[in-house]
This record gives sequence, structure tokens and C-alpha cells, in this order.
Amino acid sequence: MDYRLSPEDENYREELRAWLDRTFPKDRPPPKTDTIEDARKAYQNYQRKLFEGGYAGIRYPRKYGGQNGSMIQEMIVTEELAPYGRDHAAGINAIGMGMALPTIHAVGTEEQKEMFIRKLLDGTHVWVQAFSEPNAGSDVAACTTRAVRKGDRYLVNGQKIWTTSAQYADWSLVLVRTSPDKPKHRGLSYLLMDLKAPGVEIRPIRQITGEDEFNEIYFDDVEVPLNMLVGREDEGWMIALTTLMFERVMGDLSMANTFKIMFDNLLSMAGSVKENGRPVLENPYYRQKMAKCYSDLMVLKYTGLRNFSKVFGGGVPGPEGSIGKLLWSTLQVNMSELAMEIQGPYNQLMPGSPSAIDNGLFQYSYLYAKGMVIAAGTTEVMKNIIGERVLGLPKDMSRSAITRK
Amino acid sequence: MDISFNQDQIEIANQAHRFLEKECPAEFVRRMYEDEKGFTDELWHKMAEMGWMGMTIPEQYNGVGLGLTDLCIILEEMGRVVLPGPYFSTVMLAAEALKAAGNESQKQTYLARIAVGESRGTLALFEPEGGSRPGYIRMEAKEDSGGFIMNGTKLFVPDAPVSDFMVVAARTGAGNDPAEGVTLFLVDTGAPGLSITPLITMDGTRKQSAVRFEGVKVTSENILGGIHKGWEPLSRVLNRAQVGLAAENVGGAQKAMEMAVDYAKIRVAFDQPIGAYQAVKHMCAQMLVEVEGSRSILYYAAWAQDEERPEQAALAASVAKSHCSEAYRNVCTDCIQVLGAIGFTWEHDAHLFLKRAKANQVALGDTAFHREEIARLIGCDGV
Repeated sequence: MDYRLSPEDENYREELRAWLDRTFPKDRPPPKTDTIEDARKAYQNYQRKLFEGGYAGIRYPRKYGGQNGSMIQEMIVTEELAPYGRDHAAGINAIGMGMALPTIHAVGTEEQKEMFIRKLLDGTHVWVQAFSEPNAGSDVAACTTRAVRKGDRYLVNGQKIWTTSAQYADWSLVLVRTSPDKPKHRGLSYLLMDLKAPGVEIRPIRQITGEDEFNEIYFDDVEVPLNMLVGREDEGWMIALTTLMFERVMGDLSMANTFKIMFDNLLSMAGSVKENGRPVLENPYYRQKMAKCYSDLMVLKYTGLRNFSKVFGGGVPGPEGSIGKLLWSTLQVNMSELAMEIQGPYNQLMPGSPSAIDNGLFQYSYLYAKGMVIAAGTTEVMKNIIGERVLGLPKDMSRSAITRK
Repeated sequence: MDISFNQDQIEIANQAHRFLEKECPAEFVRRMYEDEKGFTDELWHKMAEMGWMGMTIPEQYNGVGLGLTDLCIILEEMGRVVLPGPYFSTVMLAAEALKAAGNESQKQTYLARIAVGESRGTLALFEPEGGSRPGYIRMEAKEDSGGFIMNGTKLFVPDAPVSDFMVVAARTGAGNDPAEGVTLFLVDTGAPGLSITPLITMDGTRKQSAVRFEGVKVTSENILGGIHKGWEPLSRVLNRAQVGLAAENVGGAQKAMEMAVDYAKIRVAFDQPIGAYQAVKHMCAQMLVEVEGSRSILYYAAWAQDEERPEQAALAASVAKSHCSEAYRNVCTDCIQVLGAIGFTWEHDAHLFLKRAKANQVALGDTAFHREEIARLIGCDGV
């Protein structure tokens, strides 16, 4: 057992840091990301530089534009890039890198790999995933968006919702129903869809933070060529599950990195806020809570490393990845709640208010965190997965009856 | 980087698991619970034959010379069966203190005998007015004609009646700061003036005592480490032992979770197993989150004790101790809830785990203490 990196990997990290310092100098202000166009441009320039510098697609084959590197190298890159990604709106393609890329690489056809992997890595394409529907949220397999085969293409009709970053995106992973007469989980197919195709309409939804990060997508006779089917027709459910598992392996580690940055912000914010004329961090109540948050952050980090190590050792990501999702989403809620508590009455002040602390950064994260215990599998769904697929507890009879139908 | 167990460690775990399932079933734990001594010589010697007494003792003192990670693998299994008796106090407290501060002759005398199962020791640290603060050391050892005379009371001393000696932290210099003026002494439990009163504690599987010192005389040969310099080695010993407790907690929580999950699969109410109801299922899922999160931080903290810089190791120890203690308590609480009325009985084993969890929560610094340590170490003072 050794938590240290090998000298070669340490060296790799040093080279990466030096490259990042040269490529994105600290004294240069970060690019504008306020509009859709600006955010896309910022992301695409950033990703292009990573690609050219040899830091994109670390463990993907060279023939698709990857680096043929190790998972440890990928972990290092993920860790080091976290603050840079934030500055360059890399979040708009988080789904592309976290889900589309591994899924296409693992189960896509050769043609699909040729078509998409390089363009994901060099920043050309932004991808999203359209699984959820107005009546199929946690119960993803209740999907009713129809795809009917017509000659050499599918005609897709229906509606998706809560599609994060769709307004920035070129392509989408889409779950559709191809056989309505088959049992619920056996009539679904997995398509790759060009969002610029005729019949696709994207409508942003304004969310609790006031921003419109996610969207509704309407499909009206959208044509998808048959070669954009992933896996076999009616076998899309297992592919969707695989996609979701991949999302979680790197997800936990990169969340741990993101939350470490957030914790450092919290610590320095808490160091300057006062109550009763004294620094708030003199109050043991807050010190205890800061310590608890930090502990939970370490627990997340080392749980992420364990899952990572398991996959690294040749295993496949399993349902125990759900543990990490529960850890990070709870931590995000607790950390932002603590930030609000520390600010006292100032926690009401939003960006633009002259006295707002850190220009309302924590107000945003507080509201945003409310979505994180819902997105990517609600807390309740995660606990069902752990209970049933890891601990082997029986399904609820009413639910298993529906599944059998 | 490789954070999985190697083949030797997997074998250590399997061997410990098999041994303890056989030698320490619940009936044995219950018998020891009611027993004054709280363990048997037979089991003690078998454990010594396994090499467990000297796991982390260097080979030149009859030990095996392994790291804290390896010991934690065994401690996890011990926690899983709520092992009664003085293993923890001897190996994680007394032996570690000798390793950290002992001179060559002390190591030859004490460590070498511990390693083969011929001697037992414990640590007398906590005081009546110190709460669970390890640094509150007020009991005096006054210099007197070339030696020292000790007067005062130590509380919550584990396994004192069955120990041959104890490591005693006492104040030899003025002030309240443990970093200055605290000295460690090796004191024979039979020393004149030393009296031991067993405490009636909730956790009957790990006996604790009040130890009174009334004019107990020690010589300078009994000093462990430097005079006035006891705190630095002692705090390292405590960090290692806190990680050891975290390991016990993880093992106990794992077993309590298994009891709850197994029961939830077979107990039928309203026509289906109770584990099918989300109210119960989600409690069980939360147990797994607690157990696995705890195991993740435990093994980093164990590794850090042997490999990281002291400050990092201390931080990890406090995180592991506080986190794993709370997790163990949480899992036991929910375990009893899942079991329902049977979990409330003496007959079911659940209470053995809950009681050990409660004892471990306050042992070697409670959660509030460790969170304050964490706050200090991450820089809550300096911002």
C-alpha cells in the first residue's frame, strides 16, 4: 500500500504544472464566459490547447487523438486542471468528457470512434446527455421519446428535460423508445444525435440560482441515421447504465478536487468575517463545523481514490460508485450551508450588492447545491441502488411488479 | 501509487478473520463481559502464538516489525468480534510508548516480553477534571532524593488490574502546557501506594479502572524518555492508537451493518421483507456509506502514521478517530432500529457493538476534541 506517486508520475505532474504556468499565465485575466458564444469560445480554446499540449484524452488510444497514458496520469491531469477548467467554462462539456467519451470508446462502433473521439478531445464538439423526461426523472426507463425506423434512419419525436448545457452543445446522447410493446427496460435504444439537425428545439429553463444552465429539448421528426445507434436496438438500457457508472469513477475524484478549492475559499472567507467584532473562527461552533467539513472532504477524497484504484487494477466501475455520489452531494450541501451560516445576515446579499461577501459566490453555491442531491441520480435512487445492488436487499413488491410487467 | 492491500495483507486479514470467528464467538464475549478479569490466558497465548503481540514491535525485540497498516487489518477484525481483553492497551498504548520513548534497556525488558505474550501494560493518562482532553495532565511527580513521588488520580485506565505495568503521564515541571514539564514513567502495578478500583462501565467488554497514586515512589530509572519531555512521544503514541481505535470502529460497524442487512432480508412484515421498504433500505444503504467512507480514511491515516510528515499524520489521525467513531455509533443506532424489539434485548448481540462504539467515541479524545485539533491543524487560527 502506498499513497505516494512514483518518481515518474511526480515528474509528470511537475512538467504539467510548468506547462500550465506557461500556457495559462496567472497574471492574464480569465476569458469572458457570460454569453453562450463566449463560454463556448473560452472552452474550445482551452481544450484545443490541452489537446495540442498532449494533455487531452490521457488514457485513450493515439489513433483517436489520445495519449495512450495511464490512469494515474489521468488522475494527475484531472487534479491539476480543476482550477483552470473553472476559469475556462470546461463545465459546459463535463458530460462530453465524463460520459460521451468513455461510452463511445467502450461500446461505440469503429466509425463512431473515428467520428467523435478526436473532436471531443480537441474541443470541436460539446456533448450533453438527454435521458430525463417530464415523466421520467429518477425512473429513467419510463422514457417515452419515440424513435421509429424509416429506411436508413430513425425518426425521433418527444421531449427531454433537465438537459444540462444543451444550449452550448453540438451533440447529445439520447435515450429513446424503439419498441413500446416490449417490457419497460427492453424497448430502449441509445442514439447519438446531432443537435443542429432540423426538428431539434432547445429551450433554456431558468433555475433556482437565476441562471439557465439546463434545458428542455423538443424533437419533432428529427432524423438520426441508423449508424448513430450505439449497441443494438432495444438494448440501450444497459448502455445507459454503463454510461452512468463511468460518470462516477472520475467524478468522485474531480469532485474532491473541486470541493478542496471550495473549502479553501470557505476557510479564507471565514477568516475575514466577524461577529461581535471578533473573527468568526474564534467561535468553537464554527470551528467544529469547519473541521467536520474538512473531515468529510478527506473521506470523499480517499473513497474516490479507492474506487479509482479498483478500476485501475482492472475492475469495472460497480454500483458502489453510488457511495461517492452520496458523499459529495451531501458534502456540497453541508459546506455551502456552513458558508451561509458563517456569513450571518450578510448571507442575504447577492452578487452586485456592494457589501456582498465574495460577490455572492457562496449564495450561488448554496442554491446550486440543492440541485446536486437531485441531479445524476437523486439521493433516494442512489440509496436504492446501494441497498439492492450492493447489499442485496429485495426490491419493493409494488416496484418489482411494475418492472416485471 | 497503489492503495490496495497486497497479498500478505489479504492473508493477514483472512487469517485473523478465521481465528477470531473460531476463538472469539459472541458467547465468549458475553462470558468475558460478566467476568471480572475480562479475558482468558488461553486466548492470550494463542494470540501471542499468532505473532499478534509483536506485530509492530521491531524484530530485535522479538517482534514481527510490521507497520501500523498491517496492525489495523487485525484490529479491524478484532473490532468485528468486539474482542474483550487487554490487547489494545498492551499493544497500542504500552508497547507504542516504549517504542516511542524507551531506552535500550527498557525496550529489552518490557518490549521483548510484550512481544512474546509474557507481559501486559497500559496507559494512565486521563484525569478527573480533564474530560477527554489528553493534554490535561496535572498529577504531580515531585522530585525527592534522586527519585519522584507521585500523588493523584488517573481515570479510565484500561485493563489496569491485569496489567503488569503502566505508563503514567505526570507533571514534573510547572505550568499547564503539556509540551513542557510532563514526564512519562514506567510504574509497576504492584507498587506500594498504587491502588486500582475497577469502574462499572457501560461497555463490559473492555474494563476500565480508577488508579490512585498515594506517595508512589519511582526512581529515575523509571523515566520513559526525557524528563519534562514526555508529551512529544506521547502525542505520537496517541495518534497511532487513535488510528487503531478507528480500525476497531470500522470492523465493528461492518459487523453491525451485516447484522442489520441480514435481518432486513428475512424479517417479513406486511407481506414482504422489511428490507424492501425504503425506510429500512435507505438506513442500510447509509450504513454502507458510513462504513466504506470510514474504511477509506482509516487506511490512509494508518499509512500516514508510518510514511507522512508528522503534521499530516496527526491531522489524518484526528479525522479518522472522529469520523470512524461517529460512523460506528450511527451504524449501531440504526442497526438496533432495523432489528426492532429484538435489538433492544440483552439476548441479541447488537448492544455489545453499541456499547463498544460509545466507549470508543470518548476514548483517547472525544469528537469535539479531535474536531478542535483538525480546526487548528488546517489553519482556522491563522486566517
